[in-house]
Amino acid sequence: MGSLKIENVKKAFGPVEVLKGINLEVTDGEFVVFVGPSGCGKSTLLRVIAGLEDSTSGRVVIDGADVSATPPAKRGIAMVFQTYALYPHLTVKNNMGLGLKQAGTPAPEIDRRIGIASSMLSLEPYLERRPAELSGGQRQRVAIGRAVVREPKLFLFDEPLSNLDAALRVNTRLEIAQLHRRLKATMIYVTHDQVEAMTLADKIVVLNAGRIEQIGGPMELYNAPANEFVAGFIGSPKMNFIDGARLGETAKTIGVRPEHLTVDTKSGAWKGTVVHAEHLGADTNLYLDCEKAGLITVRIFGVYDAEPGATLYATPDPAKTYRFGADGKVLK
Amino acid sequence: MSTATRSLPRTIGAHAILLTYTAIALFPVILVIMNSFKSRAGIFGAPLTPPTPGTFDLIGYTTVIGQGDFTHYFQNSLVVTVASLFFVLLFGAMAAFALSEYRFRGNTLMGLYLALGIMIPIRLGTVAILQLMVASGLVNTLTALILVYTAQGLPLAVFILSEFMKQVSDDLKNAGRIDGLSEYTIFFRLVLPLVRPSMATVAVFTMIPIWNDLWFPLILAPSEETKTVTLGAQLFLGQFVTNWNAILAALSLAIMPVLILYVIFSRQLIRGITSGAVK
Repeated sequence: MGSLKIENVKKAFGPVEVLKGINLEVTDGEFVVFVGPSGCGKSTLLRVIAGLEDSTSGRVVIDGADVSATPPAKRGIAMVFQTYALYPHLTVKNNMGLGLKQAGTPAPEIDRRIGIASSMLSLEPYLERRPAELSGGQRQRVAIGRAVVREPKLFLFDEPLSNLDAALRVNTRLEIAQLHRRLKATMIYVTHDQVEAMTLADKIVVLNAGRIEQIGGPMELYNAPANEFVAGFIGSPKMNFIDGARLGETAKTIGVRPEHLTVDTKSGAWKGTVVHAEHLGADTNLYLDCEKAGLITVRIFGVYDAEPGATLYATPDPAKTYRFGADGKVLK
Repeated sequence: MSTATRSLPRTIGAHAILLTYTAIALFPVILVIMNSFKSRAGIFGAPLTPPTPGTFDLIGYTTVIGQGDFTHYFQNSLVVTVASLFFVLLFGAMAAFALSEYRFRGNTLMGLYLALGIMIPIRLGTVAILQLMVASGLVNTLTALILVYTAQGLPLAVFILSEFMKQVSDDLKNAGRIDGLSEYTIFFRLVLPLVRPSMATVAVFTMIPIWNDLWFPLILAPSEETKTVTLGAQLFLGQFVTNWNAILAALSLAIMPVLILYVIFSRQLIRGITSGAVK
């Protein structure tokens, strides 16, 4: 229980086409992350799945049933929002139980499920409080708990971590990952943060301008990006793109990830000057202005001392160099 | 004490301006209340002095309470004001919710149409309204006044409330939809409590002109049973003799209920329960 199929879904707001024909299949128990720059349509797609927006055309199928005309409450989904969206006038307990109460679930069953969810999310001490009396992290846990008690076929997360501070974000990310492992439920998660996407997902869907650019596992996208957009979007710091003609290559663009470049003070493929160095402790990011390749980023593991103005030679790993054609697609 | 954000001359300046304004605004009100406690000779002899033991007199109040059916007038005024206020807030908020929440063809046009009444005074339509009321047999009923005042208050209410409704978090409404709440429940239980401060603003703006209105009670409901306080006070304005004691006393009394309503709403103005709903 918990499969999802999206068939040629299109969505337009007036003349603006936000989704331009999305096809996607999610199998039971999968953790799928929609990732893409802002305005790429990922949140709209999630809202179409939830039934909060009607698609202009196309079908949404949950568990084999076409739900395109089913209201959100009847789709067997639960959603966690970026702004938590807790009911301000209800206690934590009632916030979690409202959906079940509306569906006519008997009270003992509601209590049982709230008990399980609150112990899972360590919310027991706060059950009688109102949202205003909780911290940001607690509020988001309540929002997650509200989704858990519904025992939905499909969990939908709409950028649930973007309102939390950095430390809390890592913790909550871990909790969501554990939740998925424990519940073995199908989850769909929208984010613009590729770290969240890489760490949580079984399958990542990269969206851009209303289209799916590539679908694949995190390592698949990292190691074998289908095109320039995916290559540039996945990985941090961003992949270096160098004009093929400057390097005397036939490909339109050559891509090398910063971590697949080595530097040497004496010899190497591309001679360059250090523009800036970022020391992060575990690794060092160097910005080199190269004669042949232009401005590139090099990521060196560990500490590396380089003063701005120094001359360095950068050499790409030939096995991990990507070649892109004029259409942006990877050349085999 | 002089700091980056406060300096003594600036503080004094600001307070001086505000106090002057307060004095100007309160002067007529105080004058009315003060003189309502004076004898006729006291009012005309020294209108600007507070009542002294020599001029103190409750004749105005005894006249008002004794003559005419003032408790009844008060009751009429209250019924009309509270009922109109209720309908303005209810229908205004509902229209504002529809305009801000749902995308439909002609949404903007509808919003403009509903706001048109802010610019066109309802009194221009007095003759037509009177004909309508005569035709529907509503002349000399409080219902007539309530209907007219509801229509009069709606444009501003829709205009102000739709702006505030747009600020209510979409996520919250969507969470309600996913939990299976009906659109009515979302409106009444989730959205209305969050726009309560703006509802109070609208209530204050709507209430005062209704309470003070003389025009429509005079035209639509001048009968003894349906007189409002403002109309009732005219009783003492004679063509040849005006009973100033009674008028001032009636006006002083008329301030009270509206003041109480204002205090109730202004508490809501300050209180917002948004905190905790989002962020």
